[in-house]
Amino acid sequence: MIVMVGLPARGKTYISKKLTRYLNWIGVPTQVFNLGQYRREVVQTYKNYEFFRPDNEEAMKIRRSCASNALKDIANYFTKEQGQVAVFDATNTTRERRGAIISFAKEKGYKVFFIESVCDDPEIIEANIMQVKLSSPDYENYDKEEALVDFLKRIDCYKMSYVPLDEEKDRHLSFIKIFNVGSRYLVNRVQDHIQSRIVYYLMNIHVTPRSIYLSRHGESELNLLGRIGGDTGLSSQGQKYAKALAEFIRGQSIKDLKVWTSHMKRTIQTAEALGVPYEQWKALNEIDAGVCEEMTYEEIQATHPEEFALRDQDKYRYRYPKGESYEDLVHRLEPVIMELERQENVLVICHQAVMRCLLAYFLDKSADDLPYLKCPLHTVLKLTPLAYGCKVESFYLNIQAVNTHRDRPTNVNVARKPEEALQTVPEHL
Amino acid sequence: MNATEDSTEQSGNSLTRELTQNPLKKIWVPSSTNGLPDRHISQRKVCMTNCPTLIVTVGLPARGKTYISKKLTRYLNWIDVPTKEFNVGQYRRECVKIYKSFEFFRPDNEEGLKIRKQCALAALNDVRQFLTDEGGQVAVFDATNTTRERRETILRFAEQNGFKVFFVESVCEDPDVIAENIVQVKLGSPDYTHCNTEEAVADFMKRIKCYENSYQPLDEELDRDLSFIKIIDVGRRYLVNRVQDHIQSRIVYYLMNIHITPRSIYLCRHGESDLNIKGRIGGDSGLSARGKEFAKSLGQFIQSQNIHDLKVWTSQMKRTIQTAEAVGVPYEQWKALNEIDAGVCEELTYEEIQQRYPLEFALRDQDKYRYRYPKGESYEDLVQRLEPVIMELERQENVLVICHQAVMRCLLAYFLDKTAEELPYLKCPLHTVLKLTPMAYGCKVESVCLNVDAVNTHRDRPSNIDVSRLPEEALLTVPDHH
Repeated sequence: MIVMVGLPARGKTYISKKLTRYLNWIGVPTQVFNLGQYRREVVQTYKNYEFFRPDNEEAMKIRRSCASNALKDIANYFTKEQGQVAVFDATNTTRERRGAIISFAKEKGYKVFFIESVCDDPEIIEANIMQVKLSSPDYENYDKEEALVDFLKRIDCYKMSYVPLDEEKDRHLSFIKIFNVGSRYLVNRVQDHIQSRIVYYLMNIHVTPRSIYLSRHGESELNLLGRIGGDTGLSSQGQKYAKALAEFIRGQSIKDLKVWTSHMKRTIQTAEALGVPYEQWKALNEIDAGVCEEMTYEEIQATHPEEFALRDQDKYRYRYPKGESYEDLVHRLEPVIMELERQENVLVICHQAVMRCLLAYFLDKSADDLPYLKCPLHTVLKLTPLAYGCKVESFYLNIQAVNTHRDRPTNVNVARKPEEALQTVPEHL
Repeated sequence: MNATEDSTEQSGNSLTRELTQNPLKKIWVPSSTNGLPDRHISQRKVCMTNCPTLIVTVGLPARGKTYISKKLTRYLNWIDVPTKEFNVGQYRRECVKIYKSFEFFRPDNEEGLKIRKQCALAALNDVRQFLTDEGGQVAVFDATNTTRERRETILRFAEQNGFKVFFVESVCEDPDVIAENIVQVKLGSPDYTHCNTEEAVADFMKRIKCYENSYQPLDEELDRDLSFIKIIDVGRRYLVNRVQDHIQSRIVYYLMNIHITPRSIYLCRHGESDLNIKGRIGGDSGLSARGKEFAKSLGQFIQSQNIHDLKVWTSQMKRTIQTAEAVGVPYEQWKALNEIDAGVCEELTYEEIQQRYPLEFALRDQDKYRYRYPKGESYEDLVQRLEPVIMELERQENVLVICHQAVMRCLLAYFLDKTAEELPYLKCPLHTVLKLTPMAYGCKVESVCLNVDAVNTHRDRPSNIDVSRLPEEALLTVPDHH
């Protein structure tokens, strides 16, 4: 159980959602339990900050019952839904409340890890409120000024009783204290591997505005022939795209852009056209199709019909003989994601399967959706973190290219006919 | 044609720069025919900063600073970040040939202070040389550095030279830990060769006292603009401030995962496989009869060792899993532990590789660490792939890793601090278990041969590695097989 701690507008929900997205992506089933949502379901309409006054007996009763419902749901998530990590997103600002959570966890045999966000920079807090609080369902009927005033009074209600995690008094607990959006961290008693990964992740993320550009290499010669994998160069259309990409990037006037490619010729040729320094990552190489490298789908169907069907049955977990699966890809891309989190403006020139994995991380797509995400050639995706998610802008650079997207056919049975298997194969030479 | 300047040039269907594939590493680089500098391209390595980093340890004596310095240096070098440690105590020993007593360290000992300051400056000078002239990327300045004044001097030095500074402070008040430290590493120090244990401990405790009065620990407030990690009570708690870049983030992650709880790591290869007998590399075959015998012996050996809470790891290849099965305890499969991918050479004998790919075979002998098989991997790639395994090994306690020849060489090189040149030639024979036990500043190795015969799979570097060599010269060192 991960338990958030902190005054309102300290980034608890931002951290909860981002961490959950990351853990799910690396294959650890995780879910957020946001207390505010439980409260909104019970108290249909939010009037004002008075609900949060510490002397409001009736509200206190409601808030306590919401907390206990959330804990019940967490227990359910672990036992009935195979969850592995639950993130309890609430202020949890009193030692009493945290004590209750610890007892609950002890009784059930759950490990507890606290994440506390401490911030006293008024500018950051105000920016927070502007970004995510004003658009909350609570403030639908307020104008901006009023909402801000009310929310600040809400924060005051918590301040009186706020007892932060203490180095001494809480020395037996496992926690990380994040100060001022990451300039400092206090880490206490990391118990195991997953907590260690969580700490590492939290220490690498930042909130500085920036954009991440994802694109595939320009159309390659093997693309034209409908062949998968390999290490060929760009076709003439691909070369045109590389030039168009360079123009597009220049037009975006990006500050301090880093460019990353894979080790494969087609991404490097694409980057070359940009005329700026770039870094090659082996981890960005396309999925290894093993014995199926450089084959067309028709050839795969002819030579390995069973493999072809198995792939359609579970495209995420299916591993090519002597090759890789999407699951393997995600594992190999984790250091890329970690470094993307550390960086600011980056353009990643990669491949179809790789781009699907990266996109799934940013857009919180499930393992089932991931292998079917549409990542066409000659299209740049611009991802900009916004509020709790990611804004996506798609730029098709108007250079013709083949379609390389093969949808899941209706019949995935091993006994299917070749025509049924090849139904969704895109056209090629 | 100029890639960086005239980007609106109409050049028909040709790109600005032609790419060629480097024959050794199989990396695509622009050909240098048009005179453009290769600065444009960088391979993804760990520390791509242009700025070298100076790691500065801080702490009273016997707080594990040298242990951390050496371990961190070993780790960084293994992941290909050229790192070197500079231990001021060693500079002092060279200057003051014979250590008399703790009195040398008394804060009122003018002459002692002068010498110690000189030593620190001499060490910093060597740091400058390493980072500026010798291509070093990280230098670890291992000394107490307990006063703000001394740390200021270092910060000024770093600023003048364009180095980033990251402090690693170790704070510990647990008398048991300190006593154990002293026993493990201080008693064996050159300073105390002429003392008996009791005298040495007494003197060392007085030495620590000399520093205590002037010790100014890194402070959350006063030092809030510095980059540092404070390690409290051997890793129970950490305070991390202002991590500036990727390498510092990796260092923090590493420091937060290591521990000093006594334990042993057992490394061995799978039992002899069917392909081993035929002298073929790679593949995914099962165990031979002798291999199965080894697996049984391994099970017995592990039983006899009475290891507390042993974790067993294998790769995802049949031969390691079959071996683990015989040990009879739960095991975890790691794809990252799979043998090096020999690409187009998978399942070939060395004779066949020489016949079909004589150029590749020679290139491999020229630089076995960096050489990448066509459509395969290099040892360099292996190390990168194994880094998460090493990180988890650091976190764990007793572990048995059943893996493969090239993989085991990489892991062994990490524990025994072997260079990239030595790594690919480390001897890791079949049917032999290596027991590694961390001790003092290094690792004790015990080699246990389980007395089950197996083929030899170790091919030494032949004398002639030239591309134009004769087949016999290339195949000189190939071990026997069917």
